[in-house]
Amino acid sequence: MDFAQKSSATAGRGLAALALAALLTLPAAAAEPTAWDDIRANLYGEAPLVEDGLITLEAPYRAEDAAIVPMTIRTALPDGDTRHVAKITLVIDENPSPVAAAFTLGESAGVTAISTRVRVNAYSDVHAVAELSDGSLHVAARFVKASGGCAAPMAKDPDAAMASLGKMKMRWFDAPETSPTHASAQLMIRHPNNSGLQMDQLTRFYIPAHFVSTLTIRQGDALVLRMEGGISISEDPNFRFDFTSNGAPLTVEAQDTEGNLFGQSFPAGGA
Amino acid sequence: MMGPARRVTVAHLWVAAMVLVTPVSAGALHVEEVAPGVFVHVGQVALAAADNGGDIANLGFIVGEEAVAVVDTGSTPAIGKDLRAAIEAVTDRPVRYVINTHMHPDHVLGNAAFRGTGPGGGDPFVVAHHKLARALAGRAAHYVASTDAALGPGHVTAGDVVLPDEEVEDVRRLDLGNRTIVLKAWPTAHSDNDLTVFDPATGTLFAGDLLFMHHLPVVDGSIAGWLGLTLEAAASDGAPVRRVVPGHGPAIGHLPQDEDVQRDYLAAVAQEVRAAIADGVPLGRMVRDARIPSGRWALAEDFHRRNLTAAFAELEWE
Ligand SMILES: [Zn+2]
Repeated sequence: MDFAQKSSATAGRGLAALALAALLTLPAAAAEPTAWDDIRANLYGEAPLVEDGLITLEAPYRAEDAAIVPMTIRTALPDGDTRHVAKITLVIDENPSPVAAAFTLGESAGVTAISTRVRVNAYSDVHAVAELSDGSLHVAARFVKASGGCAAPMAKDPDAAMASLGKMKMRWFDAPETSPTHASAQLMIRHPNNSGLQMDQLTRFYIPAHFVSTLTIRQGDALVLRMEGGISISEDPNFRFDFTSNGAPLTVEAQDTEGNLFGQSFPAGGA
Repeated sequence: MMGPARRVTVAHLWVAAMVLVTPVSAGALHVEEVAPGVFVHVGQVALAAADNGGDIANLGFIVGEEAVAVVDTGSTPAIGKDLRAAIEAVTDRPVRYVINTHMHPDHVLGNAAFRGTGPGGGDPFVVAHHKLARALAGRAAHYVASTDAALGPGHVTAGDVVLPDEEVEDVRRLDLGNRTIVLKAWPTAHSDNDLTVFDPATGTLFAGDLLFMHHLPVVDGSIAGWLGLTLEAAASDGAPVRRVVPGHGPAIGHLPQDEDVQRDYLAAVAQEVRAAIADGVPLGRMVRDARIPSGRWALAEDFHRRNLTAAFAELEWE
């Protein structure tokens, strides 16, 4: 989970670098550094991120249930572009562990959309960054308003999730209208994805963090996507993805922070 | 009538003193005696906000010959103090038990106000479902922050979060002195730690948030679990449920009709969500396009999409 934690040391360096970059390129900008400035510097250093519409992010303006906020990331390369999307990173800027998930995409998998569900702790910008095979970085951002009151970004029934820990379900959908050559599938895995709770002197309560840290989906031997995730992914992690099926069965392997391994194979197509 | 002793003069002095010390407090909460020895404070059907000070849940207490049991304590210690003043206005008996019906902030964050109100000036036992401690501990920091956001800072601190000393796994009886009340822990429904309090002497059931009236029901546990239960099952010790105190809404309602109204809503949500899942509609689109129910329910705009979201994530596993 190191990749997902804010490291103050590197954040400091990143901030300094960013401040320098700002001086060089944006002399008029004197805004307070945001959480995103830190995170971006940590993840990408000084590399430019362009907001050119290559990647888009759908998120509700209001997080209706802070524990289950649906997010959809889409990427679209211009016709004839020979590059491919190598990596997509989803960041909930204000969460304690901002990097919700980092997806590595198979070169031939043609993944064009990923939907998942995340926890949103507070009013937060959400960023999705695509890294292309030529190293270029493309970004999309949305603002999500937190839900207050009794909505908390916690598992609703952790015992139910534990009772069938690692159970998987794959659903298949009709090909998306926008790309009829594509398949659309959804992987669900039962897991409380506990964020954990440190021993609190006051409440004397301890809940160990326990979440799915990596998940890999292949078709045959070919990678479709690999997810490195953290506690910002909702209970019962859920990934819906549009991709180019090669007709081979989908094989899923997942690992959690307690070292449990979960694996299952699903025939292609479904419907 | 259990004939609680009155101590009006002392209580008035105490309330007056409290107003001087803590200007947030408006004095004793208004309570009504819905059955002999059973008192209910009706909270507003509203979101917690500065203009209501978080007074948004129904709270109550039951007076026995030796002691009092409090059922839920409100969104803040200030509300808890005002509930305490209401109790002291009707009886000088100590609060032996503070019962929490579930972990939501509007029901538990007044607990701290009852420190020292137990027998001999000690602390009352805090009693709850055996899963409440985990649920509240995991959410406490979030609840304190959301209370700050809704009411302004300083109304609740982490130090005000009081976890239970006594946990109920199934059924537990508490003796208040010639009056025994029956606590029942339920499977996951409104939350994963719902607990009801039944007073067989009067047939009064404190349903906590297993029953909403007027206020749109809120699913923070399991919609299937909620649809699968009936509050009549709380009847105990040969007594039927004659009246039920909802967690939100008026002071009392009745079974089965008021539970049926709630069940109609929950069943409609489950049906709509199952249809969307069967059609392959993604969660985000279903919630975005949903029609908000109008008419009967208050706060539908605030909670209906949330219920669809929770139900979708749950029912997708069917
Ligand atoms: Zn509640």
